[in-house]
Amino acid sequence: MTRTLIIGAALSTLLIGLALLSLVWTPYDHTSLNIPNKLQPPGAAHLLGTDHLGRDILSMVMVGARTSLGVALLALAIGLSLGVPLGLAAAMHKGNWLDETIMRGNDIVFAFPLLVMAILITAVFGPSATNAIVAFGIFNIPVFARVTRGGALPLWEREFILAARVAGKSHAHISIEHILPNVLNLLIVQGTIQFALGIQVEAALSFVGLGVQPPTPSLGRMLADAQTLVTLAPHIAIVPGVAIIGIVMGLNLLGDGLRDALDPRLQKART
Amino acid sequence: MLRYMLKRLASLVLSLAVASLIIFALIEVAPGDPASFMLGINAQPETLAALRAELGLDVPKVQRYLTWVGGMLTGDFGTSYTYRTPVAEMVADRIAVSLPLALYALILSILIAFPAGIFAASRRGRPGDLGVMGATQFGVALPNFWFAMMLVLVFAIQLRWFPAGGFAGWDKGLLAGLTSLTLPAIALALPQAAILTRVMRSALLDVLGEDFMRTARAKGLSARQTLWRHGLRNAMIPVLTIIGLQFSFLFAGTIIIEQVFYLPGLGRLIFQSISARDLIVVESVVMLVVFAVILINFLVDLAYAVVDPRLRSPK
Repeated sequence: MTRTLIIGAALSTLLIGLALLSLVWTPYDHTSLNIPNKLQPPGAAHLLGTDHLGRDILSMVMVGARTSLGVALLALAIGLSLGVPLGLAAAMHKGNWLDETIMRGNDIVFAFPLLVMAILITAVFGPSATNAIVAFGIFNIPVFARVTRGGALPLWEREFILAARVAGKSHAHISIEHILPNVLNLLIVQGTIQFALGIQVEAALSFVGLGVQPPTPSLGRMLADAQTLVTLAPHIAIVPGVAIIGIVMGLNLLGDGLRDALDPRLQKART
Repeated sequence: MLRYMLKRLASLVLSLAVASLIIFALIEVAPGDPASFMLGINAQPETLAALRAELGLDVPKVQRYLTWVGGMLTGDFGTSYTYRTPVAEMVADRIAVSLPLALYALILSILIAFPAGIFAASRRGRPGDLGVMGATQFGVALPNFWFAMMLVLVFAIQLRWFPAGGFAGWDKGLLAGLTSLTLPAIALALPQAAILTRVMRSALLDVLGEDFMRTARAKGLSARQTLWRHGLRNAMIPVLTIIGLQFSFLFAGTIIIEQVFYLPGLGRLIFQSISARDLIVVESVVMLVVFAVILINFLVDLAYAVVDPRLRSPK
């Protein structure tokens, strides 16, 4: 369904674009306080209203989304850079001690519920954006190891790999040169999904004070601030929440659309 | 069947052992000595040493680990550094809120997802299916704690149907307890129901394409009978996996939701203990949650064997 892909790509591009735009331009300075002007509902001067300190919510959401995207992206990078090599190595010698160790290790990391792991890490090392990134990054490692291994295993049975082995290429060489490009589709799809999940995790951790710390704005932090004020001015809770839903929906639709577009088997099944 | 169970049991024990080592090691590297934290910076060295001995902090690490694990196995979770009460008692009070909340949410999730998934699968590609699938995309993206705030805004503050927060306590009766847990359970359940609906739909669609489904139709069963007798049972494997995962997720998710509704559950206990650096409580509660998750995965594995006889005997 290319419609999914188009909607997903449009929504993600629009919202991520707005977040990136905040690097060069925001309607107002998101740090400038204007207490007399606090808790204004959305209007002409402030499109999405102002918060309890009179800051422009649109500007805050743009900058906050950038922080959230950064957290999710870095956690994704940790997961990819460690998970993919582990998955490739595990698939290289299916069933041997390395494969077993990696897969059992993965089972154990999976047994830690993500939030509990994040809480444990932040309890020990203190709440910070970095620790939230590390916590979610660690969770991403087995996810990508599993996807990579799962995609790589059937490839090792294929003739073109056999040909490469006959040609005398080492296992590691084949993994990088032939296996990796062929599991890239899977990684892109999983990557979009984990990216979206990262946005949600940042929001949840920052909401309970374990993620991004003040004064840096993030979507989760804005919601934490909004919790006590939601009855007075619902818009300060609604706006960041809708931003999270928009970004996550956009990325999820993009992931679904990419999966359909990149997997020829699914296309055949549909027609 | 027995061999399958034993193998699963061995992996359960191994996972628990490794998990306990990781948790213990992480807490060990935590900066700051609990005893000096409790006594403050002006503590006398002798008092400090006495407290360290009382808390069992002066013995070697290996022995401390063994004492902790041994204690957990016998239901002794240690003594809270700040409250000086047994952690097991504190946990028991809190789990009476968190566990029912997670179960309540899981039941809601299943009650929403099964009909929605079956409805979508039976109308594949038609407007009804597209509507359900669109709704699930929204549901999956919905942050449960934000949704919780919105529920409070509408159903507690504007309509006043439910309390905005706090827990009535089970001693006030089942209904009072459930009423305080209803909004939190809905907030937790809806995003999970969206995921479960998608799994239910795709599992059913996979099964509907199978040859035995055609055979069942050919021998004269109606579409509805085929779906109920053969379709659902065969679609249960992926659905059970996700239900198992969801329970762990919901149990951990209560930690955040309890913050929105000021519920006195395990989540609030963890956060209070973190800010008081009461690490023995954090350690034991985290181990307990991890234990619950590993145990649930084990039970799901066993449930597979019941649903799918092919898994009982190894190939």
